Parts: sequence; C-alpha cells; structure tokens
Amino acid sequence: MDARHLARALADPDYVTTLDARGWNALIAMARAERLDGSLAWRLKGMDVPAAAREILDNALVNAEANRVQALWEAEMARRVLTPLGIPLVLLKGTAFAAAGLDAGSGRLIGDLDILVPRDRLDEAEAALLAAGWSWVKDNPYDQAYYRQHMHELPPLIHDERERMIDVHHTILPLTAGPKPDAAALVADSVEAGSFRTLSPEDMIIHAVAHLLADGDLQGGLRNLWDIDRLIREFSETPGFWPRLLARARHHQLAKSTSRALRLTAHIFDTPVDKHFAWHGRRGDVFYMGRLLARDDWGRESRKLLGFAFYVRSHWLRMPPLKLVRHLWTKWRMGHRG
Amino acid sequence: MHSLTVTVGPRAFRIGSIWRAPLAQLAALYADYPQPADSIAHYRIRLDAPRWMRRHLRPQVAIQGDYTLPEAVPLPYSQAILAAEMGMNLQIALGERRLMLLHAASVEKAGKVVILTGESGSGKSTLAAMLGEAGWRLMGDEFALIDPETGQAFPFPRPVSLKNEAIAAMQALAGEERFGPLLKDTPKGDIRHFRPSADAVARMAEPGTPTLILFPRFGANWAIRPVGQGEAFVRLTQASTNYTMLGERGFSALTRLVQSVPAKAIDYMSGAEGISIVESLFEGAGA
Amino acid sequence: MAADRFAAPDSDTLRVTPLEGLTALYHRPSGQTHVVAEPVPEILTALAGAALSLDDLLAAMGLPADDGEIRAGLSGHLSALQASGLVWVA
Repeated sequence: MDARHLARALADPDYVTTLDARGWNALIAMARAERLDGSLAWRLKGMDVPAAAREILDNALVNAEANRVQALWEAEMARRVLTPLGIPLVLLKGTAFAAAGLDAGSGRLIGDLDILVPRDRLDEAEAALLAAGWSWVKDNPYDQAYYRQHMHELPPLIHDERERMIDVHHTILPLTAGPKPDAAALVADSVEAGSFRTLSPEDMIIHAVAHLLADGDLQGGLRNLWDIDRLIREFSETPGFWPRLLARARHHQLAKSTSRALRLTAHIFDTPVDKHFAWHGRRGDVFYMGRLLARDDWGRESRKLLGFAFYVRSHWLRMPPLKLVRHLWTKWRMGHRG
Repeated sequence: MHSLTVTVGPRAFRIGSIWRAPLAQLAALYADYPQPADSIAHYRIRLDAPRWMRRHLRPQVAIQGDYTLPEAVPLPYSQAILAAEMGMNLQIALGERRLMLLHAASVEKAGKVVILTGESGSGKSTLAAMLGEAGWRLMGDEFALIDPETGQAFPFPRPVSLKNEAIAAMQALAGEERFGPLLKDTPKGDIRHFRPSADAVARMAEPGTPTLILFPRFGANWAIRPVGQGEAFVRLTQASTNYTMLGERGFSALTRLVQSVPAKAIDYMSGAEGISIVESLFEGAGA
Repeated sequence: MAADRFAAPDSDTLRVTPLEGLTALYHRPSGQTHVVAEPVPEILTALAGAALSLDDLLAAMGLPADDGEIRAGLSGHLSALQASGLVWVA
C-alpha cells in the first residue's frame, strides 16, 4: 500500500465507503504522517463512517479550527505592526488560503506565518518586528549571513510571548535557485482578502509550485500538491485562466515546474488540467510520483534511499555544490547537526 | 511488523513492533483489556530500530507513531514495554483534541470522581494506586479525560508505572500477579507496572462526575489549603496538554469545572495519611 | 499629533468569566485565554467597542485626570494589553 490510498480518499471521498478496518488504520496513519488529516476530515464531513473513524476525523477538525484561528491571529498581530508604517503585507501559503476563505485552506494545517514584503521595505519591516516582540531564532553571525546572502527570506523570527514563527519573504525562491521570479510583480498584482492581501490566483498556484518542486526535497510534498489541486479546481473556472497561468509561469521562469506540477496533480488527484499546458509523459515524473507517494500502511516513509537522493538534490537546487560543502562544514564545526 | 490493538478507556491504540517479544509482554500486561469494537485505532505507536544496524546487535527501541517528538531518545531493548507506554502517552498528549486532557490521576466512588493533579513526583500515581486498593475505582494515574460537552471525566486506566520505593509500598497491598516485570535503571529509576483491578478494567468505558480537585504533595507535613477558582483554573490549564487547542469549548469546560468543584492543596507524609485526607475531603465535598 | 485613542473587543468577541476575584477572559479572534485581576476587566469594559484617549478612559473609569501615578499605572496596563492584542490603537 502507498499514499495513493490517501490521495484517492482526498480526491474521491466515496472511496472510504469501501474501506475495512485495515484500510481505515492505514488511511489515518498516512493522513497524519502527511499532516493532511484536517484536509481529509474536511473532505469527509457529514459522511457515514465507522464510529471510531468519525471521532478521529472530528478530532482533526477541532485541531484545524484552532490552528486556523491562531494563524489568522498571528497575521493580525503582524499587520498591526506593519500597516501603520505603510508596508504592504501579503500573506502566503496556508494563512493566505485561510484569510481568503479558499477551499485550499479548509482543514489545512498552517505552520509558520509566511508573509511577502517588498524588498526595499525589508529592513524597515525587520526593525519593526524586532521592536514589537519578535526575536531571531538563530542569531549567530553565520546563519544570519547565510540567510541574507542566499535565501528568499529573512532568518526566521519568533514571537517571544506567543512562540510562533514568522518568515518574512522578499521573493518566493532562494536567491541561489535557478529561476528568478519577479518579486515586484508578485506584490504589485496582489489582491485584497479582508484586512489582508494575498497573491493573485495565478501567482498563488505558481508559488505553491515553486515550494513543491523548485525549492525543496519534496518534504510534505503531498500536502503541497493537494494545495495545488484545490487552487486549480477553485480558480480554473474563470475565463482565460489557463493562458494567464501559462503566461505568468513563463514570466516567473517557472513554466517547466508548473507544467510538471500539473501533470503530477492530474495523476495523483485527478485534477482537471489543461492538456496543452501539461505536456504529457515527461520522463522523471515517475521519480516524483514515487517520492510523493512513499508511505506504507503504518504511515512510514518507504523507499528511504529515494528520500535521501531528494534531500541532496534540494540542496543542490538551492546552492552550487561548493557552497553546500562549505555550509555543511561550518555547521559540523559549530556542532550543529545537518 | 507485528501488531497488537488495545483499548484504554475511550481510546484505542494499535502498537506495531519489529520484534515479537515486547508485544507478548504487552499482551500479558493488557490481557483483560478489550479489543476496539470496529478494530479502528485512534492512535498508532511503532517500536522500531533507530538504525537498522541496531535491530539485532545491541538493539535499541525508537518510539514512533502518528505523533512523534524529534527529541525522543531511543530506549534500550530491555525497556521496550516502557517505550510502548511512553508512545501511548505521547500519542494522546500530542494528538487528542476532543477530550480535554489533564495530567492527573483520578479515582471514583459512587459515580463521583476525585481528580489528583500535580507534577511528576507529587505522589499522585502512588496515592491513586493505593486508593484503588482501598475501596475506590482507579480510573487512571496519568491522564484524566474531561468531556467538554458533559463535564464528565473518562477513565484512562493504564497500568500504573510504579517507581522505586512505590514498588514495595504497593507489593504490601496487592498480589504478585498484578505486577509486570521489573525494569531496572530506566530514565526514571526502577519501574514496575501495576495492573488496575479487574473491576477498574471492566468499567473502563464508564465516566463519572468530577466532585473534588486535589493538588497533592507527598513528603511534606500534613496540611490542607483551599485553592481559589482562579488559581485552580490556572493550575489546570498548565496541567492540560491540549487546553489551548480545544478553543472556546475548553474554556467553557474548564471554567465550569472550577466553578462547580471545590479544589484543595494537600500535603501528606504517608500513604495512609493521604488516603484519610482524600476520604474526609470527599465526604466534606457532599459526596 | 492627536493623542492615541484605544479600543478593546466588544462582548461578542470577548467572553468574561469571574473566578472568585480573578477574571478569566476568552478572546475569540485569537483563541487565547487570559486570567487577569482588577483593574483590567474594568479597563476592557470601558474600552469595549469604543475609542478613548487616556483622558477619556480616566474619566470613564471615574479616576482623577491629574494624578501622575494613576496615569502612569493605567498607561502601563494599556501597553501590556496592546502587546497581548486585547487593546489596540483605533
């Protein structure tokens, strides 16, 4: 059994009516391992399922709701610091989905607060947050310099009282990654969502793609892919959506990754995607599929070696090899792990 | 992976292990515990080798499951049973969002529940185990589970982990068949598991009404001090692993609990003294 | 520059439960619980759904406007409440 089991339940809730106890145990284990149990519970709301399964799903809904409230409150606290300075604050990822009331946010787990600010206002935003109760998580000079030279965000900040992290981005990919998204356009074309702003629909999808394929080792990959499925289903009905998405992906130098993400989500979640855009049968997809679906029925990551390969690859994508060695070496010398 | 499913109070656990022997030990310890009705477990725990090399050669047990703590260090193989118990605690402490978890022991008589809460070392486990041999139903020594809708307390009657001197104290009160194997030199010293009575296990699905909240402290001179609602509220939020994640339901449940149930801090020097304090306060609480 | 005007949540968003001298607050937008002693509940009541300057607040609470110690104490409470998000500058 692999995570296709979970993907199927997410995409087609009726599938769970066929499950026996073993199938349910595996489904819950995988959903929790992928941190998709809230999303699953949302999809299975109101369905007739065994009593224990209902308790487990309701448990996940309570968790998701508390998580949503905390995430939006954290955004509000950041807003109270930054808006008086006239710094536009664009929410990213889970908090953005929740603020905009998007389906992608329903039941979704939200971790750190991710925001995007214009690069020329970054220093101001940083100073204001530091003055308002946030502190560095890592304040050694090496980490500070590393983030500032290579990354797409400030070194992470944590609020002293609430102990929640904020990632202040100035673009959506590390500076060392190949593609160079147009960060100014991301901010300029952002849209209103209540008292906040979010990326435009197309940019939101492209950011999810960047996060999934261009910036990482596919950790939490299935969760990110589920975001893409939900966003596409919600936005693709608007006239002109596909050409706009294509043009925008090209503009941000992320057309290839976007195309791959569309193929993957169509394969895994049966997402309706535009055939012209998602060129078929590209080699390499099978490796991504294997990695995204690598879970056994205890929720364990199967195919460990494949996972390691992706870990190396993700560092490779972000940094040329020599930089990586230097980075790891400095970590070792300082007694940090990896 | 070998596996075993066990129901403890309102929650079912599926325990998997790459070794057969620890599951046989667990099966003996949980012999009277029922299987879940539909075999779907609320939580899964896995006993796994931290690195596959260690599976046979000087094996160690990594505690994993639906919820894990990155900093959880592996235990030696001889303590696999303890690893399973810690894994069960961890699952419910990190994962539970419907019942409010209080890090507390609880005992029941005539449908009325006394909640004993305090830090590890306060003596609450031993006191609850002793009460369990003195005419009370032992509901649990680690977690009391409060249903936010009804205010009722559910049992979580796991075998009690007796530490060091408490082992001999309980051996004076109960027969050898109630004890699990001696685990020496664990992170908490010597440990023996002590199985709740057959009656406590048989009634594990039966909740009760909270009637008295106690903050015990073992090893100090006899003293009883009333605890105000505000202080009780704060101390119980601190004793809860999931209060903040229950949202307003948690707030309603906990304010109602401290408004309707008297709370006392008690100090006692011996088990007998502790029992007599609990019994006299229980009668005074209108029970 | 005009004096800051302060506001606090209205009774729809803040649940207030007295607990023998202390007060437990549940703030719905943040999901946070606060346990406070007087004069915090009184401050929150005066500012609920309002926008008062420090002088307005002193008057609303029946406190003298010219007592430096009282002004400083109230200011201190307002900063702490702002940090917790229960009070904001309107």
